[in-house]
Amino acid sequence: MAVRRKKSNLWTRTIISLAVVFVGLYMVFGPPRDQFSASSFTWEGIKKNLSENINLGLDLRGGSHLVMRVKVEEYLKALTDNYRQAAFEAAKNAGLSVTDVTEVVEDNKYSFTLIFSDPSQKDTIIEEVTKKVDLENPVAPWNVSSTDTTITWSLPIQSQKALARQATEQALKIIESRINAFGVKEPTLQVIGSEESGRLLLQMPGVEDPERVKKLISAESKLELMKVVSPPYPSPVQTYATKEEALASIGGRETLSRKVFPYTEREDNVSSSDNKEKKPPRFVVVETPAVIDGSEIRDAAAVSRTGMQGDYQIIFSLKPTGAQKFGEWTERNINNYMAVRLNDEVKSIAYIKSKITDSGEITGRFTKESAEDLALTLRSGALPAPIEYQEERTVGPSLGADSIRAGVSASIGGLIFVISFMLFYYRGAGVNAVIALLLNLLLTMAAVVFFDATLTLPGIAGLILGIGMAVDSNVLIFERIREELLAGKTISESVDLGFDRAFVTIIDTHVTTIISAVILYIYGTGAIRGFAVTLILGLLINLFSAVYVSKTIFMWLLEKRPNMQRLSI
Amino acid sequence: MIRIFSNINVDWMGKRKIFIFVSIAILLAGLISAIGRQAAEGGTDAFNLGVDFRGGTVVTVKFKEKPSTDEIRSALQAVGIGDAIIQDSIDKKDEVLIKVPALGRREECPNFDEAGRCFVERALNSFGKEAEPTLSLDQDAEARYKIVGTEVVGPVAGAQLRDQAIAATLLGLLGILLYIAYNYDWTYAAGAVIAVFHDVLVTLAFFSVFQWEINLTVVAAFLTLVGYSVNDSIVIFDRIRENTTLHRGESIYKLTNDSINQTMSRTIITNAMVFLSVLALVLFGGEVLRSFSLALLVGAVTGTYSTIAIASPIAIWWQSIIGVAEMEQPKKESEKLASAARTSGVRRTVLR
Repeated sequence: MAVRRKKSNLWTRTIISLAVVFVGLYMVFGPPRDQFSASSFTWEGIKKNLSENINLGLDLRGGSHLVMRVKVEEYLKALTDNYRQAAFEAAKNAGLSVTDVTEVVEDNKYSFTLIFSDPSQKDTIIEEVTKKVDLENPVAPWNVSSTDTTITWSLPIQSQKALARQATEQALKIIESRINAFGVKEPTLQVIGSEESGRLLLQMPGVEDPERVKKLISAESKLELMKVVSPPYPSPVQTYATKEEALASIGGRETLSRKVFPYTEREDNVSSSDNKEKKPPRFVVVETPAVIDGSEIRDAAAVSRTGMQGDYQIIFSLKPTGAQKFGEWTERNINNYMAVRLNDEVKSIAYIKSKITDSGEITGRFTKESAEDLALTLRSGALPAPIEYQEERTVGPSLGADSIRAGVSASIGGLIFVISFMLFYYRGAGVNAVIALLLNLLLTMAAVVFFDATLTLPGIAGLILGIGMAVDSNVLIFERIREELLAGKTISESVDLGFDRAFVTIIDTHVTTIISAVILYIYGTGAIRGFAVTLILGLLINLFSAVYVSKTIFMWLLEKRPNMQRLSI
Repeated sequence: MIRIFSNINVDWMGKRKIFIFVSIAILLAGLISAIGRQAAEGGTDAFNLGVDFRGGTVVTVKFKEKPSTDEIRSALQAVGIGDAIIQDSIDKKDEVLIKVPALGRREECPNFDEAGRCFVERALNSFGKEAEPTLSLDQDAEARYKIVGTEVVGPVAGAQLRDQAIAATLLGLLGILLYIAYNYDWTYAAGAVIAVFHDVLVTLAFFSVFQWEINLTVVAAFLTLVGYSVNDSIVIFDRIRENTTLHRGESIYKLTNDSINQTMSRTIITNAMVFLSVLALVLFGGEVLRSFSLALLVGAVTGTYSTIAIASPIAIWWQSIIGVAEMEQPKKESEKLASAARTSGVRRTVLR
């Protein structure tokens, strides 16, 4: 009875082991998902499968090399624009005699000038303006100069550089969060040249659709909610057929508080509808400044009511501060029209039915892809300035093809040495160890494929540590079996005791290492995570390959030759 | 069966003073090197940080006939740049991106801003002449190459990654400390974790003394050696735990020695295999992986050493302080009885 149970137990173990080996082989060498074909199983096909299954990182395979520039001059121009407007409003709201404001924005000169009629008010104006507008920022102060009827604020070179640095840093963070959210694995992003030049270098390992990533990175995603100048609901929203008509309605030119934007009614997102016939855009007049801008967005997501392609829209929610502002404003403006402006275009217009506090939507029949990308860029925040691509190339591995070749051959040499030593020292049992070692390698790679992880050098270091511990587990078991044999136990007793006792040790060493690897994974990024992932996978697999499978092989051996006199170990 | 290491009987714990002296000597050498290099007039930094951490210059070079990466690397080494990153441009076949670390002012290239370009020029001149600045590569018949761009780049892995790696590792060690304390005893937990610190510091000492370059791959190597170090300590602790239950009445001092001796064959076999595999990587693994493999090599040796020389003595030393173990070789048979009587009432540690 006991023998029968043992035997069926052995069969179960064998079937489980073989099944896992087969799944592992298929994961690593089989065709990737939805690429199944007869040619996948030829020698060439298997090689192709292998390279497609395993994602190698920038250091091992290379990838795209993109040099881009944050247009810092646009950032400074927009800032000057904003300040000019805010300064004028501040002085006007304080009841002072300002009549006009002008600005100069040309190569490395950024300034604006308030014109007023009462010379005695000069100091009061300066005081009122600096109270409202951040002109004395310690990092980037503005210079102020004046005549009897004008006050000019200009941005000295030093401050321009400081602001350019700030904009570059901010863009770097935003781009980083965008590529991470998109799922580009282990990119490197760094500032190149002087920081105020706004130039960034992005290297990323092979991505399927580099154009989409490029578009995603450079999407400005400047979102503003603005009031439309129009008679209230139920009359339809006031739009104009041409820009001239729209401008005529506000006296011929845009003013500080009135701007004209194109409004493409119910049209697909520009990026994906180039081939469709477009309705000519209409134009609307909106009030500035905007009620809410993109910096107040807390979260955004792409949703589809019908699930049909091309029927996606974006819903977004606001941060508490923005929500309060928005709530108050919508309450005062019930039945007025509100425009959602994205970059230089009004995406949608809706009338305000009731007080809206913390969420809104952007309609406009987006495709799934464009809606998801837009939601992603809205979450990451707007870039401080547009981005231009300056250089683009495909580069080889950063570790250098020569060193990778050298490293691979040295590692294979090391592996062959370990295998030969195990076979020499442990004889028959050495075969177990070699099987366990190769199985660990295979299954760890299969797990890497399964989790779609990217293999970089630190990842390989984790793999090596895992293999090292696989070998160690076998050495622990075999040494223990030898000890028991020397102590005079029978062969089958020694094998059982050896595995049992060594298992306690193996569990302890593995659990401690897994604990620290899990913490590395949770708190680490990039390189550190890559290491932790392969290590955790390798160790979990080890418990299977070095203990379970190895024991199964011993069990077979004892089963076949129950009266064995000497164990080859 | 082949047995290389059997019946070893060494009083490891009795040699603890020598061990601790050796460790302190290495750590002091590292400290003196680190501080000395920073304090000395015109000295270098404590560590030789690579281009990943320090930033540098990316020089884009266009060749008429592109030499192999190997040839470029040895040309750079000839002018004293050992740690360049050489990346082939795949879509522009005749171009290569060479990233050299920020170099200090040196006699050959006095202009600081142009130092990166200047060094690359000096190295590449061994392949032939650079095209005249006014001419393109094709126009200049005699030229072999032309530098088509230089960019100063910031570090890929700044202080942030370094701090994060350190913080995550420390947290990981805390996890290990708790696990060992739960499964064994606080004294062993402390021993294992202090041994890990010892190993990391000793390896760092080697990096400072020999000025091996620290790049991103070295961070991975350090994480690996932490793993090895803990693994080794646990194997011996586990044997001590087992022996404590098997041989009640023996002194911890003797049990520790016995446990180390009993596991010695495993220790030597495993670590020799690790050591020799890593040695292959050091010798034949190429220039770029050298720092990585050197860190592993030092780590493999110190990981084994510290288990015997640091982790176990610290565990026993602490136990002797709290009165559950003796820090000395057990007395002769007659005295041992008295000693056993004296300590018999004391709770034995490492019992589960």
